[in-house]
Amino acid sequence: MPLIDLANPTRFLGFAERALPWLIAATLFAFAIGLTQALFVAPDDYQQGATVKIMFLHVPSAWLGMFCWSLMSAAALGTLVWRHPLADVAAKAAAPIGAAFTFLCLFTGSMWGRPMWGTYWVWDARLTSVLVMFIMYLGLIALWRSVEDPSRAGRAAAVLTLVGAINLPIIKFSVDWWNTLHQPASVFRVGGSSIDRSILMPLFAMAIAFTLLFVTLHIAAMRNEILRRRVRGMLMLQAHAQGG
Amino acid sequence: MSLGPHAAFILAAYAAAIAVVAGLIAWVVLDFRAQKRVLGDLEAHGVTRRSAVAKEPA
Repeated sequence: MPLIDLANPTRFLGFAERALPWLIAATLFAFAIGLTQALFVAPDDYQQGATVKIMFLHVPSAWLGMFCWSLMSAAALGTLVWRHPLADVAAKAAAPIGAAFTFLCLFTGSMWGRPMWGTYWVWDARLTSVLVMFIMYLGLIALWRSVEDPSRAGRAAAVLTLVGAINLPIIKFSVDWWNTLHQPASVFRVGGSSIDRSILMPLFAMAIAFTLLFVTLHIAAMRNEILRRRVRGMLMLQAHAQGG
Repeated sequence: MSLGPHAAFILAAYAAAIAVVAGLIAWVVLDFRAQKRVLGDLEAHGVTRRSAVAKEPA
């Protein structure tokens, strides 16, 4: 099936029905490997001890929080430029998932920070910019819920999403631009990763598992949003028929 | 598997991850059931989608 066919909501529902069982199986398989690697194979860090196991949750959550906003920004362009309803559906379905992963990033970071830094929280550039992203996720969800007409809500949310995208490079480069307690980039950086392969491989395994979980949840949430809009349309038809 | 002196922080992080993922799965599953139930009720009462009406032969 050509990719463009998925832009049709009815065809997307058919695709979701076929793809979801495979995605669920792949996600479970990936987590079985990732968690085994993270909890039983990866060694303790020579400085941080067993707390390095928090990294296997913290880093994938942070990546997905940012990836989700990037995906919503691309969808926002689809809403504003092409006015495609499925673009708006994709963005609206992604927001709660992105908010959940950003919350998990903040919480696990806090649990990692207390034993390693001696504090749960500092107002440094990296932590603050991620907190701003989390608050913007909540703002977007509130905006979608407060405007009844989905197309009007979608256009307003698309503008806010693109404004919020300014925060993405700030999050990424905050550790380079400012003096932060948070460590600089250690996985994707010039000169290669500074993390030992014995810890890097479990991290990638968990990142793949989390990404598959995100894709599965997003497709399922998009399916739900399409059904919600069908229900809304049918209720409006019913009200119109009863009124006329 | 020994978690060392900071076991409580590690366990709290993994417990939060389980809770967040379980919450997301519950949200998706319950929302799907709710939408399917309302759609089924509407169709049982003879309400059809505009596109479905348009496809019917005149």
